[in-house]
Amino acid sequence: MRHIISILLENEAGALSRVAGLFSARGYNIETLTVAPTEDPSLSRLTIVTSGSDEVIEQITKQLNKLIDVVKVVDLSEAAHLERELMLIKVRASGKDREEMKRMADIFRGNIIDVTETTYVIELTGSGSKLDSFIQAINRDLILETVRTGVSGIGRGDRILKV
Amino acid sequence: MMTGAEIVIRCLQEEKVEYVFGYPGGSVLHIYDELFKQDKIKHVLVRHEQAAVHAADAMSRSSNKVGVALVTSGPGATNAVTGIATAYMDSIPLVVISGQVPTSYIGQDAFQECDTVGITRPCVKHNFLIKDVRDIADTMKKAFYIANSGRPGPVVVDIPKDVTAAKCEFAYPQEIHMRSYNPVVRGHSGQIKKAVQLLLKAKRPVIYTGGGVVLSDAAPELTALVRRLGFPITNTLMGLGGYPASDPKFLGMLGMHGTVEANLAMQHCDVLLAIGTRFDDRVIGNPENFSSVPRKIIHVDIDPSSISKRVRVDVPIVGNVRDVLEEMLKLLEDNQPKADISAWWQEIEGWRSKQCLKYRSSDEIMPQYVIEKLWEVTRGEAIVATDVGQHQMWSAQYYKFDTPRRWLTSGGLGTMGVGLPYAIGASLANPDRAVACVTGDGSIQMCIQELSTAKQFGLPIKIINLNNRYLGMVRQWQEMFYSRRYSQTYMDSLPDFVKLAEAYGHVGIRVEKSEDVEPALRKAFVEHKDDLVFLDIRTCREANVFPMVAAGKGLSEMILADEDL
Repeated sequence: MRHIISILLENEAGALSRVAGLFSARGYNIETLTVAPTEDPSLSRLTIVTSGSDEVIEQITKQLNKLIDVVKVVDLSEAAHLERELMLIKVRASGKDREEMKRMADIFRGNIIDVTETTYVIELTGSGSKLDSFIQAINRDLILETVRTGVSGIGRGDRILKV
Repeated sequence: MMTGAEIVIRCLQEEKVEYVFGYPGGSVLHIYDELFKQDKIKHVLVRHEQAAVHAADAMSRSSNKVGVALVTSGPGATNAVTGIATAYMDSIPLVVISGQVPTSYIGQDAFQECDTVGITRPCVKHNFLIKDVRDIADTMKKAFYIANSGRPGPVVVDIPKDVTAAKCEFAYPQEIHMRSYNPVVRGHSGQIKKAVQLLLKAKRPVIYTGGGVVLSDAAPELTALVRRLGFPITNTLMGLGGYPASDPKFLGMLGMHGTVEANLAMQHCDVLLAIGTRFDDRVIGNPENFSSVPRKIIHVDIDPSSISKRVRVDVPIVGNVRDVLEEMLKLLEDNQPKADISAWWQEIEGWRSKQCLKYRSSDEIMPQYVIEKLWEVTRGEAIVATDVGQHQMWSAQYYKFDTPRRWLTSGGLGTMGVGLPYAIGASLANPDRAVACVTGDGSIQMCIQELSTAKQFGLPIKIINLNNRYLGMVRQWQEMFYSRRYSQTYMDSLPDFVKLAEAYGHVGIRVEKSEDVEPALRKAFVEHKDDLVFLDIRTCREANVFPMVAAGKGLSEMILADEDL
């Protein structure tokens, strides 16, 4: 089962590698990992997408909590939550493809943020599956480059992860 | 104003550190200079950094103080890794200070540079790289606090040379608060109540305890609980001494080389109370086989991640073992009725009557006999450090530990070579107690250079070398599972251990006949009380450790000695 785990981490040198090292040392998998400082610069917020049985996910959260630099851990996917991912995709946009690509970007509520005579860079946010569907919807041969941030997640309503 | 090096030493003094085990080198020169200028902390110069960490580890194991090791950068730190990983696997509190190349050299592939924090990260409870002299005092305080609280473990503090030369004001913090680290102490009262109810109703109960009882100094509480309930109890390898082994309620050690009565009681109980232990593969064997028999499991441990890791438990209690046991005892004070377990005891006595630790007598020296005699000669009161292998299992099976912190062995990592450094650390921490190092001809050679350290500090350790000219435990597996193809387990070209001991300035005695074992032990422990004595005991070459649960098998699938005779 896919889980989204959110972590508040001391924003210190080496803290991220403790988290990443834990996953590799214990054989857990990381599908995506995003990290950046929060409004309190002494704290980083991580979102990790992982998968495993309930037992494995239980161990992952317990092991994460054991790391000295980890302040808080929550399994976002246990309750109502939002997830978003950002993708920048560079596509060929010339001739008849140029108009079609613009239309697809509009349908998926993407923004074209860079334009040349032959290419667009489209900015797209949404759930991971929305980004996947965009890639499937356009002609594969036109994709020059994609870069995705991985999932960022947050709880809905009163679910707040804070110190 | 003080230099960073002075501050490091002052912090150690504030922590009442008596001994530092270490080895000097370029990056720690400033610190060694400060050590030289004071006389509160004694430094023990080892012959290899691995031994420094093992000896510091033994100081923690045998005395409940936090051991401290000091090593230089690069090879000093990498040599320390085996010691750190050994302590980590057994949850031993430890502070290891390593020198680092100057801050501006870090990442430049400088002489004797290595990424110590990176290399040790997976085998420490936590580690620090100090980049500012003003952080030393706080970091040292945190290091001791983290090492010795919650589930204990080793902490590495890496200090670049320029930081030890820089100056600032010194103030040692009295307390430390970390928002990200708040270990749980008290167990959940509701869960403890539930556990007690379950225990009172149990018809076939067993108490199974591990190193957590020793680490939290809960042996008296555990003994009181067993007395109150009258339940059978078994210890893991790490838990030996947590309950008096000479008491009839004690079933012996359980696990791969556990007794028949302990393993079968584990397998067939209806309520299992597991305390400070982690159901590891050497203890319960195959978890599927273990779980094939229904039973209720109560698990007390300070580390939540130990609970339901390998075996699902019914009543988890996260908390410090001693605090939880105290609360259980309080709930049991008003003498509620408990189920009759006499039928269960009868069944256990039936298993016990098999006398699974009986071994064949022989003209040769049987290694089990040596341990029995060691127990007699030392009246069961010695500190016994072991290495890893057959001799370790025989020591666990035949030396009856009645008190905690007298049994020093590498349980989790299984590190050959710990025995002599462990004996050194234990001997310094317990100068009035006899210290034996039970070892084998393979293990002793992994840290044999420490005979020199023992000489320098006049440590009257008794080395009991069960010399079978084989790497015995590996040979046993090859005999049983590889059709006796003894691949690389014959120890060719062994040194003359007697002469070797003498070369280091110690007393060496060779023992070749059974009837000489006891007199030789008496000679070592009485006549040569104040000397290091190396007893090279030529034992039966192909003696095996029984009972045995083969790797991947269940606890009920034991191989017994009888089948071998």
